[in-house]
Amino acid sequence: MKVTLKVWRQENAAAQGAMHTYELDGVSSDMSFLEMLDLLNEQLVTNGEEPVAFDSDCREGICGMCSLMINGQAHGPEVTTTCQLHMRSFNDGDTITIEPWRAEPFPVLKDLVVDRSAFDRIIQAGGYISANTGSAPEANSVPAPRDKAMRAFNVATCIGCGACVAACPNGSASLFLGAKITHLGELPQGQPERWSRVVDMVGQHDHEGFGGCTNIGECAAACPKEIPLDVISQLNKDLRTALKNGH
Amino acid sequence: MAAGTHYLPGLTQTNQPSVQTSDDAAGYYELGDKLVDPHAPTGPIAERWTTRKFENRLVNPANRRKLDIIIVGTGLAGGAAAATLGEAGYNVKSFCYQDSPRRAHSIAAQGGINAAKNYREDGDSTYRLFYDTVKGGDYRSRESNVYRLAEVSANIIDQCVAQGVPFAREYGGLLDNRSFGGVQVSRTFYARGQTGQQLLIGAYQAMERQVAAGTVQQFTRHEMLDLIVVDGKARGIVARDMVTGDIETHLADVVVLASGGYGNVFYLSTNAMGSNVMAAWRAHRKGAYMANPCYTQIHPTCIPISGAHQSKLTLMSESLRNDGRIWVPKKAEDCDKDPRDIPEEDRDYYLERIYPSFGNLVPRDIASRAAKYMCDEGRGVGPAIEEQQPDGTTKMVRRGVYLDFADAIKRLGKDGVEEKYDNLLDMYERITGENPYEVPMRIYPAVHYVMGGLWVDYELRSNIDGLFVTGEANFSDHGANRLGASALMQGLADGYFVLPNTIREYLADGPFDKIDESHPEVKAALDAVNERVAKLMSINGTRSVESIHKELGSIMWEYCGMERTEEGLKLAIEKIKELRKEFWTNVRVLGSPDSLNQDLEKANRVADFIELGELMCIDALNRRESCGGHFRAESQTEDGEALRHDDEFAYVAAWEWGGDSNEGGKPILHKEDLIYTAIELKQRSYK
Repeated sequence: MKVTLKVWRQENAAAQGAMHTYELDGVSSDMSFLEMLDLLNEQLVTNGEEPVAFDSDCREGICGMCSLMINGQAHGPEVTTTCQLHMRSFNDGDTITIEPWRAEPFPVLKDLVVDRSAFDRIIQAGGYISANTGSAPEANSVPAPRDKAMRAFNVATCIGCGACVAACPNGSASLFLGAKITHLGELPQGQPERWSRVVDMVGQHDHEGFGGCTNIGECAAACPKEIPLDVISQLNKDLRTALKNGH
Repeated sequence: MAAGTHYLPGLTQTNQPSVQTSDDAAGYYELGDKLVDPHAPTGPIAERWTTRKFENRLVNPANRRKLDIIIVGTGLAGGAAAATLGEAGYNVKSFCYQDSPRRAHSIAAQGGINAAKNYREDGDSTYRLFYDTVKGGDYRSRESNVYRLAEVSANIIDQCVAQGVPFAREYGGLLDNRSFGGVQVSRTFYARGQTGQQLLIGAYQAMERQVAAGTVQQFTRHEMLDLIVVDGKARGIVARDMVTGDIETHLADVVVLASGGYGNVFYLSTNAMGSNVMAAWRAHRKGAYMANPCYTQIHPTCIPISGAHQSKLTLMSESLRNDGRIWVPKKAEDCDKDPRDIPEEDRDYYLERIYPSFGNLVPRDIASRAAKYMCDEGRGVGPAIEEQQPDGTTKMVRRGVYLDFADAIKRLGKDGVEEKYDNLLDMYERITGENPYEVPMRIYPAVHYVMGGLWVDYELRSNIDGLFVTGEANFSDHGANRLGASALMQGLADGYFVLPNTIREYLADGPFDKIDESHPEVKAALDAVNERVAKLMSINGTRSVESIHKELGSIMWEYCGMERTEEGLKLAIEKIKELRKEFWTNVRVLGSPDSLNQDLEKANRVADFIELGELMCIDALNRRESCGGHFRAESQTEDGEALRHDDEFAYVAAWEWGGDSNEGGKPILHKEDLIYTAIELKQRSYK
């Protein structure tokens, strides 16, 4: 296959970026999208041009390091991470636009690499259960209802990639936030800090400059782990309860 | 020490120290002094850890605030340690090369975590988990360490549940278990196929809580480029800020390496793209011993390579072998046919043919080697990919065998297969574009984990004072082969429970003399790193870093992969030496060192992989026996099974850096005898 790539290049956080166009031949439909970018980079190095910087690590859809807006869609046209997207989803002769995540709280560091440390700070604000090592009771001493444990697991599969933010017209991280609130709030161990957690995490979310949720649903549609939109309902419900009770 | 001497007072030894009579690696190494664990525990095996925890000195809470700990890596071993040591009140500085601690590669572990809880009342116990782990490691691990691992395993589950790790549960709300990896008890805890992710998120959240509390400072997108050793003690690291390119020094009272494994020396592996050996290798060059570097685990059921563009390999759970049948065409000319058109009589179900009693369920290494032999014979399937031959010519080879679910679908129905394996079969289809319900899957072995790593004693101390090593980065618990669901167990055992109890004995002598950036040793380390970076940027040759890494990988895979021979390893060592020259004279690194530069990051890593690769080959060459993940063709039974030589090799091979091999340096081998008192050594058999 042969493709035309329009790629966002930006020297560093302070620099002005621009789209650059590259022609790439010899693309196989079995390549992953990132292997296609590896091929581009190999070609650039051969020509003495600096390779395109982009993030990836596990390349099996679980670490959440890869990102990219592909033809305007977070992680591209399939419901998966960019690293699990393959070139068979494209056609010979296609023009593909590749941009970094677009959101103010995720500033571009270089080319397609963005700074997602805001997510760490949201977790620091309360996305945990306080349980010092050594203080844990016997694991089976507190049963957790199976349906609640399963819901907790399903939303705990969030990989923190930021696609929800990139897809949202408001730049909201409500899906990320709701997933963590629901994960910890569904478990018996998460109850003691449940109300302060939601207040503190929402506060940090807003402080970081993420926007509010207006129920558009782009986040859930873009989520490679298919975190359902109802975690945002859970988030709102928990927040309401917490505020009503003076937290 | 002479044979017959009792190493462990009051206990009966079941084996005697080995005496090596072969010397395949003669000329490639120097023989150093024997190595003895200076902190080996004594007494009955079940009491050793309890006794040690009591005997190790305490650090009072007021002093902890004055002690600085550097931890490199934020996977299960590093993240858990950062959280726990932060909770204890030490000043922790945590480093990772990713953009968040939550991305460390522990996250990709699928299957589960072992713990001797005996919730099923099926006869499990600490002793049984210990026994299975030593046996699974083919009697090449240290008894005391493994017993401790089994002992703390149950605490790990308690800790994780308290943190909110959503393990699978029964209808009554209690924890579910499954059996895993050929053991006969159900002791594996799991969170669907994402156990590593859930455990890592638990450790990450605990660590982030400490960041908020101010006890842990996290440095993301930072990579360790050297170890700072002052007056014989590890006192800090040189790290590069991967965004600004600044080379920084960070100083502390103690340094912990939890930097993971080095499977990417093979270029293709199931490791993450960034997984590398630099932290461990830099420590090795500063004097830390590298132990058993040749012990590599190769997993039989991975998705095969689809072309020269392949950047990494993806593992699929071995459970697929329970219902799938493995075969290749009998005739090489059938290899490019649609497998559905190949009649039954033209198929070779080779595992069922060669191993009639175990069939498709033979152990990982046997299944892996058999697949390689079939493809070497020219009966592999899937795309033909160019491979370099030993004589330098190239040849097109198909590297894949069929894993066929047609019979299972007949037996269980499509729904039955879907229920058991749906997520795996979906993943396969996403990557290959082929529907495994209709076309047989293709699989091939891939490098998955390394048992080798930096040498540590019972306290997880390396031979450099003040340098501790945990998780996959150390060598200690898995011997020559790791059992399924044991990597997660070891990472968390080290991080939550072992290191915090051993590091205090060392820190009880601190705080150590304050040093700052003006100290000559600190300056020297910083200058050396700056020089190396400048050198890499200045070569300006014609070859990409990537192409050299690929070439190293193909040498390692060909000669130091599933099957190793004296001849092949010697050839590999020569090829690696040449490649090293090529790298340092002809590599091309673009961009600037003063900014985010992924090419430079990779160049640093590949430079160290090349040196490690050479040592792995020397270690493999010396060890003229087959054990666990290390198979020497010269040492096999008539049935082609691995044959150990306990009389010669029941020892840990700890290698000391002996200088650059291109300048005549040779690694120095220190042998640590493995003496057993609780377990008797046996040869495995799958007949």
